[in-house]
Amino acid sequence: MAEKSRTRQKRARSRITPDEVITLDNVTKSYSIGAPALNGISLHIKRGEFVFIVGDSGSGKSTLIKLLLRELEPTSGSINVLGFNLNRIRHRQIPKFRRKLGIVFQDFRLLKDRNVYENIAFAQRVVQAPTAKIRTNVQAMLSLVGLAPKYKNKVTQLSGGEQQRVALARALINKPEILLAVEPTGNLDPGNAWEIMKLMEQINERGTTVIIVTHNREIVNSMRKRVITMNQGVVVEDVEEGVYDNED
Amino acid sequence: MRISTFFYTLGQGFKNLVRNGWYTLASIATITASLFLFGLFYSVLANFENALQEASKGISVSVFFREGTSEEEMLALKAELERRPEVNEIVYLSAEEAWSNFKEQYLGEYSAGFGTDNPLEDSASLNIYLKDVSQQPTLVAYAESVTIVRQVNRSESVASTFTALGRMLSVISMGIIVLLIAVSVFLISNTVAVGISVRSEEIGIMKYIGATDFFVRAPFVIEGIIIGLIGSLLPAVITFFLYRYAVSYLSTHFSMLNIMSFLPVEAFFGRLLLIMVGVGVGIGFLGSIVTVRRHLRV
Repeated sequence: MAEKSRTRQKRARSRITPDEVITLDNVTKSYSIGAPALNGISLHIKRGEFVFIVGDSGSGKSTLIKLLLRELEPTSGSINVLGFNLNRIRHRQIPKFRRKLGIVFQDFRLLKDRNVYENIAFAQRVVQAPTAKIRTNVQAMLSLVGLAPKYKNKVTQLSGGEQQRVALARALINKPEILLAVEPTGNLDPGNAWEIMKLMEQINERGTTVIIVTHNREIVNSMRKRVITMNQGVVVEDVEEGVYDNED
Repeated sequence: MRISTFFYTLGQGFKNLVRNGWYTLASIATITASLFLFGLFYSVLANFENALQEASKGISVSVFFREGTSEEEMLALKAELERRPEVNEIVYLSAEEAWSNFKEQYLGEYSAGFGTDNPLEDSASLNIYLKDVSQQPTLVAYAESVTIVRQVNRSESVASTFTALGRMLSVISMGIIVLLIAVSVFLISNTVAVGISVRSEEIGIMKYIGATDFFVRAPFVIEGIIIGLIGSLLPAVITFFLYRYAVSYLSTHFSMLNIMSFLPVEAFFGRLLLIMVGVGVGIGFLGSIVTVRRHLRV
């Protein structure tokens, strides 16, 4: 029995090419009631790609993200992210796994009682970086996102665009291999949204895989990146240089 | 763990206290209140116990000897009994002393009529004082088995009353302690639970960034320990000064009620402080660990 599952696992691993950072194989996720949120999804994302995941609400995007973060476990199918088999990962290994991901949310999720510097340094505290290193790393991130002069400001005094840049700096400071952004421009005006997207593109050019879940048609359609379109728990379209044309 | 991480975690624990200032104050106040109550009970009980012990020291067992027992034999038995663990002190009363005591107490000038006779010739006795009255039956049983012993006098009812009283006191104090600990654990765990819910967003962020369980939980546990520590030192200090004041007030204003002497605060404060800090820090630690485990599914 154990022998069999081991060979099966080996076969599954052999299907993952070395430059693939995310591999989903026939993944289904059902909650206790209703139709499954994800229904037999297979997905391959390579190192260094820039990917949009689009779809209406209820299409299964959030479930997909939760599975990728190992907040949820799949009902069936296998998920491999950065070499971690998320079906089998041990609880103790999850923090180590998540440190390889950078995450940005629509609502920024900053610590409102702390200033810009502390918010970014927080990510380094969590991974137990030494204090001296934190200082130089935070300074470097601040100048990358263009917030160096405001490092002492409380985050509540910043504009939405600035807050999202702080969140981005926090997501990037631990040098993640994948940047995962969930509706990063959802709370921003078009000008700020574009600035954030330009930063994302810069980060991608430096080698980080970027995955963005979004509703923003304008941005998706003008950036001409890979677009994965989801509907009712399945991938309905996966196009290089694609568009978000699922009008409703 | 890095030293910088240790200090960061410690710092976060302290900052949490300040960030949730009102909850911190509320839980320190409640722990202070319950430990203060405990301190009051403890000091009253310590005094009762002391009075009981003092009184029970006066309860003695008298051993009388068979006719013709020599003084050497009596003193040999005295030495033997003194080696027993429950014995505190033994006073040997020779026949002559017994007679002269009796004369002084009851006869006065009429004693002259007895001349040099000693009607209490066979009344030499050992008066045995025990460390703990509850041990009386053991000693009596032993003394009665010795051949030279004619009779053992003891006041069984007094001894058993004292034993029962002592037992009751310890049951009451244990009950009160358990109750207060339960209340305090409940309060601390509530405070930590509130703290966790207030900071649930921060905890979520920590988890996304890849914080280990330990890193997420440690500040809450430190918070609980600090609350427990402050919540136990405060009532200890209050108890110390209040007790000292109360004793001096009572002994100056109610000196005619000199039925019992109060223990000086120093006599029991060291132990009380240890118990308070132990209980305070213990419930702070336990309360937060339990709450963190229940509410922080990291």
